[in-house]
Amino acid sequence: MSHKIVIPLGPHHPLQEEPAFFELSVEGEKVTDIDITVGYVHRGIEKLSESKHFDQVPFLVERICGICSSSHPYAFVLAVEDMLGGEKNIVPERALYIRTIIEELQRIHSHLLWLGLAGHFLGYDTLWMWAWRYREPVLDCFEMITGNRQNYAIFKVGGVRHNIRDEDIPIIKKTIGDLTKVVDMFCGAITDDPVIKARLKGVGVLTKQEAIEWCVVGPTARASGINIDVRRDDPYGIYDQINWNVIVKEEGSVFAKIQVRILELYESINIICQCLEKMPEGEINTEIKDIPIGEGIGRIEAPRGECLHYVRSDGTNRPIRHKIRAPSYMNVPSNKTTVVGETICDAAIILAAVDPCYSCTDRTIVLDRITDKKVLNGWDLIELSRKKTKELRRNFKSILK
Amino acid sequence: MKAEAIKERLKDRIVNWCKHSERRIYITISPKDVKEVISSLFGDLHLRFITASGQHIQGGLEILYHFSFDQTGEIFSLRVLIKNEKKPEIESITPVIKGAEWIEREIWEMLGINFVGHPNLKRLLLSDEWPEGKYPLRQKDS
Amino acid sequence: MSLKLKVLTKSLWVYHAGCSACNNCDIEILDALTPRYDVERFGIVVVGSIRHADVLLVTGVPNYKTKEELKGLYSQAPQPCLVIAIGNCACGRAMFKDSYNSPCAVDEIIPVDCYILGCPPKPEAIIAGVVKLIQKVGKK
Repeated sequence: MSHKIVIPLGPHHPLQEEPAFFELSVEGEKVTDIDITVGYVHRGIEKLSESKHFDQVPFLVERICGICSSSHPYAFVLAVEDMLGGEKNIVPERALYIRTIIEELQRIHSHLLWLGLAGHFLGYDTLWMWAWRYREPVLDCFEMITGNRQNYAIFKVGGVRHNIRDEDIPIIKKTIGDLTKVVDMFCGAITDDPVIKARLKGVGVLTKQEAIEWCVVGPTARASGINIDVRRDDPYGIYDQINWNVIVKEEGSVFAKIQVRILELYESINIICQCLEKMPEGEINTEIKDIPIGEGIGRIEAPRGECLHYVRSDGTNRPIRHKIRAPSYMNVPSNKTTVVGETICDAAIILAAVDPCYSCTDRTIVLDRITDKKVLNGWDLIELSRKKTKELRRNFKSILK
Repeated sequence: MKAEAIKERLKDRIVNWCKHSERRIYITISPKDVKEVISSLFGDLHLRFITASGQHIQGGLEILYHFSFDQTGEIFSLRVLIKNEKKPEIESITPVIKGAEWIEREIWEMLGINFVGHPNLKRLLLSDEWPEGKYPLRQKDS
Repeated sequence: MSLKLKVLTKSLWVYHAGCSACNNCDIEILDALTPRYDVERFGIVVVGSIRHADVLLVTGVPNYKTKEELKGLYSQAPQPCLVIAIGNCACGRAMFKDSYNSPCAVDEIIPVDCYILGCPPKPEAIIAGVVKLIQKVGKK
């Protein structure tokens, strides 16, 4: 007879980033329920923002999340420019191009980072090392343009702070050109690999209906067949003057999410190349003197999905309300649907698949509710996940048949 | 256009209609209609719920429910003003939209607005040692 | 104690605790492990449990929730345990010191042996900090 076991996951885990606490209830191998506790990273940024000048807030919101450190300032700047009459009307054209290039470089770095981590959770550490190695040249581009590898401090209301110098353009082009081959390699190594296919297809499926109910955004939604992308629907920057495609997959599984992200890498490379070709000369900044009374909404497509900022001003130099909605805020609760019914060894990769960066396995202790005896500990969740991959690898001839 | 369809459906429930710019529309409604209006926007007109934002302003507590219509890229923000500052209450929309669970919990702990009918109203972000009845996002001088 | 510390510096096993950090420092820590910097050459390994660790890396400014977690983590660490605070937030709370949810800095909760500044510090800076720490411990 099976009995119920509760597995606490987190809040501190060996590999990634923000602490979050998951409580998985399992029956035998099957996960029956999940309870998610967040708030370990809550720093009161919305309140702090009310005590900062409009020019200071971008530096603050940049530090919400290190991986999207250009998305949040961009969304904030868009919200303020919405009050001033729209981004297109006040920002010089060259600045729009620079904003778009920074956004897409960031998407490449974020997706590569996630691919590496996904590989790590599956037991493909080689993939992790590869992905992070090929991420470095992208960070070098950032360092060249903005002076910092992360936290770029490039966005300001009315324009950007740093120009892209002419002598840097060939270097960026070469970096991006080399990346195409790398992405080809990833495509071969991941989407054509029979073991990964067998491991991830049909795992953690979020159906289209569920995706609508949970209001998920970004690659998570696009992998479930919802055709949304803020870059196309509510264009900002220069996206409406560039040819690119929105990647949509119908399946909704972890495999579809990986596919969407890899194919988006090609689109990002394509967008950057076009921007560098078309970028005009000119000013990169307009002086903004006063922020009028009013309210504005800015939203952009961050690597994880739609990111929305709502700003209200009372005519002084500080916002009186600044609401931030990050994409993971909508994506993480959808785990309640995807994890339930799956096995424990799949839990790590499913929780990681929405790219929240929690994959949480450290201090994992399996508590037997009946005897209160510790059964498993530590890395066991990742270990379980890796064991399953190994087994599949061993039997992979039978999969091919 | 979606705006016409929304006007058609909500009719006299709209207290004020404000077109801020081409893609940003603010609609004021009365607090008692919230659940009804939102279930018809979400269920029948297929708008996507983005988030809600609460604010403490003069004269009460205001909630904005942001909805997106992705085919045209418009954002419709429903504005609701709760006048009772001592014991603010509003109907929960979580039974209609699952994705609204976290944001209602957040507004509840940050501004002290009670969401009637919420299935799981407990703290989301703040620690358990945070004092009861103290709300970080309320204005201090009122 | 000092002999134990000397032995420990031959191969540091680190445990990484993110306390309300914005991920940047955490990514840079992981970055130091990946091919370009590859600190594993020097026997520095990130481990999955504080009970196996010699060094505790702390990033971010603790809030009410992570404050307790950090105390707990440190009490479970096998002594001697070195603590490195990485990033401006962990070193001095930086721009979050006025926040309602940031009660204290890292060094008010646990003793810190080494501060690495930067927002975020580059992997080179992290490696340099660790080298300085090893030198300091070796002299004791």
